[in-house]
Amino acid sequence: MNALAFILAATLAAATPFLLASLGELVAERSGVLNLGVEGMMVLGAVLAFVTVYHGGGHLLAFAAAGLGAGLLALVFALAVLGFQANQVTCGLAIGILGQGLSALFGKSYESLTVTGLPKLAVPRLSELPVVGGLFNQDAVVWLSLAATLAIGLTLSRSKLGLVLRATGENPKAAHVIGIPVVAVRLCAVGFGGVMAGFAGAYAAVVYTPLSADGMIAGRGWIAVALVVCGTWPTGRILLGACLFGALSLAGLAAQAEGVGLPSQLLASLPYLVTILVLGLISADRRRMKLKGVASLGEPLER
Amino acid sequence: MLLKTGPLLLIAQGPAIGYRAKVFNIGAEGQFVLGAIFASSIPVWFPIAQGPWIWPALLLLGALGGALWAAITAFWRVRFNASEILVSLMLSFVAIQILNYLLLGLWKDPYGFNFPQSVMFQTDAILPILIPGTRVNVSLLVALALSGAAFLFMQRSFLGYKLQVGGLAPRAASYAGFSEGRAIWLSLLIGGLAAGLAGAAEVAGPVGQLQRSISTGYGYTAIIVAYLGGLHPLGILAASFVMAAISIGGDNAMVSANLPLAIVRVFQGSFLLFYLCAVTFARYRFEWPRPAPGARA
Repeated sequence: MNALAFILAATLAAATPFLLASLGELVAERSGVLNLGVEGMMVLGAVLAFVTVYHGGGHLLAFAAAGLGAGLLALVFALAVLGFQANQVTCGLAIGILGQGLSALFGKSYESLTVTGLPKLAVPRLSELPVVGGLFNQDAVVWLSLAATLAIGLTLSRSKLGLVLRATGENPKAAHVIGIPVVAVRLCAVGFGGVMAGFAGAYAAVVYTPLSADGMIAGRGWIAVALVVCGTWPTGRILLGACLFGALSLAGLAAQAEGVGLPSQLLASLPYLVTILVLGLISADRRRMKLKGVASLGEPLER
Repeated sequence: MLLKTGPLLLIAQGPAIGYRAKVFNIGAEGQFVLGAIFASSIPVWFPIAQGPWIWPALLLLGALGGALWAAITAFWRVRFNASEILVSLMLSFVAIQILNYLLLGLWKDPYGFNFPQSVMFQTDAILPILIPGTRVNVSLLVALALSGAAFLFMQRSFLGYKLQVGGLAPRAASYAGFSEGRAIWLSLLIGGLAAGLAGAAEVAGPVGQLQRSISTGYGYTAIIVAYLGGLHPLGILAASFVMAAISIGGDNAMVSANLPLAIVRVFQGSFLLFYLCAVTFARYRFEWPRPAPGARA
């Protein structure tokens, strides 16, 4: 398989952890809550999913466990920032540290073990095309994530639920005045974000690279947070961004396989460098950031 | 315990100044690593150099390295409006890759049995020991001096006051003509400087060489220390003692009760979370009688 076909075939799978986590974060941020604990929730989800699969629980149960664990962590976060109105940035960091610690605690004895991934589901005919065929040969989670992207995009832009969510994020006081239960909406949004981050971690740990290792998430949660900013909040761009980062992490592998004379550390830091670059490019347009951004992001509701 | 307090104190004082100005530099880890790398350049390139100037030069280089690394974030924030939270964190991941690159290639000790570590530093590059019989070195003095300086800067100087206004009321700061860009530069440079200094003190102190494990999460613990200390230089002094005690307690617990080291992280994370929630109670008791709009920081 040549490099192009390889990248085309594997990009969607590599993009899925980014995509899932970003979608969750998108919903949370749309409601006005900046959740910087995504990385911690992803790591926790990854470890829980791995442990479940390793003990024969199957992939479905693994995703359930990951979603539940990360969702609970998100509720702790919500309790702090919504209940106690604590600073969202620092609470996010605290949750991140807590999640990393918890997962190291659970995952210590599973270091370097492996499990089996998921089978690929091919689209008939399309998957037999030359070069692009691999694009249509993906596992179930990838297909579901794409469906979720569409569903979340439509919900946010076309449904009443989406309108309520966005109103909560743009102007919580006005939303409160017209009778929207702001705190409850935000609670649900944060919980949803946590569950999605758990799924993202689970995908990375038991489907994409079914191997347990310390640092198996390696900053992907942070890149997911960055993606939401880079995408300046619409869903389609987040999918695009996730694919870019998926392809980027693969480009490193492909370049190594082809024997390109670059140090592996440079390739490993490529996703981070590109994140920095893209953040700079996108954020430089201050007007656009203000227009597209979420107005009350990071601020509690004052009554 | 004093051994652990030194680096924590150093690395927490810097970013805390930034947090006060609402500049969230969470990349202290990367700045620490860069400080360690810069400091190591003297022993690696001039392994036979001698003289009493070497260890101060090492510390200076470390501070420079950390500040340079933080400067990238500052530039990106000021010039391109990019979130300093994300950029500084991404740069931490890059810093660790640079460290790996150097230790697996150029800077590997040729007689080190292929371990990814640099040469052992010469005696003149090692920080002088402060209390005979222990490993406590002058970096503790540096850290204490820096804390004093931070106190004077934040509580007594006009520049520090400007930073605080920028953090508490950004609009008031801009009406008063305090430059936001300058506040960001200053916050990040000070943070990088302190973190780089801590990195240099670590390689030239108890470790004595550049290793892969040079960063044991000091940069992240520093965030916790900074907040537990209430972002006040003197509070941070107390908080870094407490945190050093916790991590040493964690080491002991690991040895005696067979608990994994991760429990320290869990503890630190919950500690910070509880603290942040508790702050709300303190704040509300103060603000309850006069709920003026926009009174909250």
